Amino acid sequence: MTARNIYRKSLNNLMLTLTGVCALVTVLVLFIILAYLVYNGATSVDPAFFTQLPKGTGEVGGGMANAILGSAEIVAIASAIGIPIGFFTGVYLSEWGGAAFSFVVRYMCDLLNGVPSIVIGIFAWIIIVRPMHQFSALAGGFALSLMLIPITAKSTEQFLVDIPRALREGSLALGATKWRTVASVVVPAARKGIMTGVILGVARVSGESAPLLFTSLNNQYWSTGLTEPTASLPVMIYSHAISPYDDWHRQAWAAGLVLLVLVLIANIAARLILTRGSSPARG
Amino acid sequence: MATIAAVQPQPKKSGISNLIRRVRNGDEVAWAITLLFATSVLVITAMLIGELWIGSAASREKFGFGFLTSRLWNPVTDEFGAYPFLYGTVVTSGVALLISVPIGVGAAIFLAELASGKWSDGLTFLVELLASVPSVIYGLLAIFTVVPMMREYIGPGLKAVFGFLPLFQGPVYGVGYLTASIVLAIMIFPYIISVSREALLAVPREQREAALALGATKWESTWQIVVPFARLGIIGSIFLAFARALGETMAVTMVIGNDMSAHTSLLAPGNTIAAVLASEFNEATGKYYPSALIELGLVLFLLTLILNGLARLLILVTTNKGSARV
Repeated sequence: MTARNIYRKSLNNLMLTLTGVCALVTVLVLFIILAYLVYNGATSVDPAFFTQLPKGTGEVGGGMANAILGSAEIVAIASAIGIPIGFFTGVYLSEWGGAAFSFVVRYMCDLLNGVPSIVIGIFAWIIIVRPMHQFSALAGGFALSLMLIPITAKSTEQFLVDIPRALREGSLALGATKWRTVASVVVPAARKGIMTGVILGVARVSGESAPLLFTSLNNQYWSTGLTEPTASLPVMIYSHAISPYDDWHRQAWAAGLVLLVLVLIANIAARLILTRGSSPARG
Repeated sequence: MATIAAVQPQPKKSGISNLIRRVRNGDEVAWAITLLFATSVLVITAMLIGELWIGSAASREKFGFGFLTSRLWNPVTDEFGAYPFLYGTVVTSGVALLISVPIGVGAAIFLAELASGKWSDGLTFLVELLASVPSVIYGLLAIFTVVPMMREYIGPGLKAVFGFLPLFQGPVYGVGYLTASIVLAIMIFPYIISVSREALLAVPREQREAALALGATKWESTWQIVVPFARLGIIGSIFLAFARALGETMAVTMVIGNDMSAHTSLLAPGNTIAAVLASEFNEATGKYYPSALIELGLVLFLLTLILNGLARLLILVTTNKGSARV
């Protein structure tokens, strides 16, 4: 081999190894995050975390029961608003949309999807918190629903479009009307994909804290209604992490671990549903 | 779907009875319902833009375009300028890209060109899991890992080696621009990797085979043929990641240091638009203070809007070209 070829060969090996190192680094980061969170969180999660209210500033003990319930409330409100709007928008885009109007709706969905979450929070503050003069779970749920709509719409449309034409034609040939075809043939055939999209969307918004900072705010106690300031896990993590108290840090780790485990379970479940459910025989 | 509609008998005569028949069938009703929801998305987005515009009116009228260049931020005297935050946003995101792009594109090359199908998909799934980790958890981890590391090792190390540059001077607090950039870099990995990988996979197989047949090594074929072919998609992924980094709030807020002026040194604490919104919005009272913050939100929105638009355009151009899995 000439020197030139040896150089080329070793450059080849070097660069290819480097790309492998890059991939390794990124995957390692994930595992380091998981390991560090489990290491700090596992020792911090105790029964009190799930059953008790937060203690006063700087006191030791207590839990985040109200934040767990609050998060569930806020995410439920977000789902109740966001999933129907997103779903029907997706159905419209895939089944009924005219070219021009669909383009506009799709573009707006993309636009909404790209809005920084903190800006969504400002918007929810302007149209709900300011007129009501009150931070509320409702405002927080509304803010999160705005993030859920484009995710749901996009995945619904995607999976509906993928349903083969023959299936629709079969239904229409049997005399079914169009809406019946959509409702009892097309949507059921795509249900696993649609569910996946919804699960991923809900998982994504349940970890959001920026839109909640000035909508549902935070609360050291149980909130007494949907129009009251409401605690949520992500906001609790934020407020506890930046506090100077060790025991609050411990609880932030516990909350972080609980939140991350929920989000990862949702992601992996969604992945499993999709890989198990994509048998083309069905669709 | 136009083709489906063509299958249905649609007599054009007697419009009204036809309409009644179709309403009874339920088709028109279903169409109207879904249209209603689709329209609501338009309305919501339009309202979002409208409310930001109206909400920032007081500030826009008082400060004009000077808002973007003024360095003053004084709620007591109602003087507001966005420059320190705009600067912080662009600097942290820019440095994050400098760290993230080489590693991300390298990983994408590995996943698209070297790893076998199954490995590639599995690793990509793991990398995409990084994107599902909530921002506040990145912040929590960063406070207790990256910040002390920056204070003890990275900061002093950089000062010792590059201390002659104004970029690495002054006291090291642990929090600051560079800390935020490192956290952002990790957070945007998944966007760069998964979109770049798609772009690389979309490069036709013949391109690689032709290069290899001419005697190119695997690396030469990848670097000189495949990567340039997929460059628009890769650039698109970088824009997408840039937009994400600009709007990223919680993790940055927790490690940026919340200093209200712009600093040349990357080791100094600063602020970004998203971080100043997160930390000050609830305290804003009076006429101009909330309005100035909303204007900051508007500026951030427009920045991400432009970058996202460019990203989508570039990604669309490349992934339509052809597809071949090696």
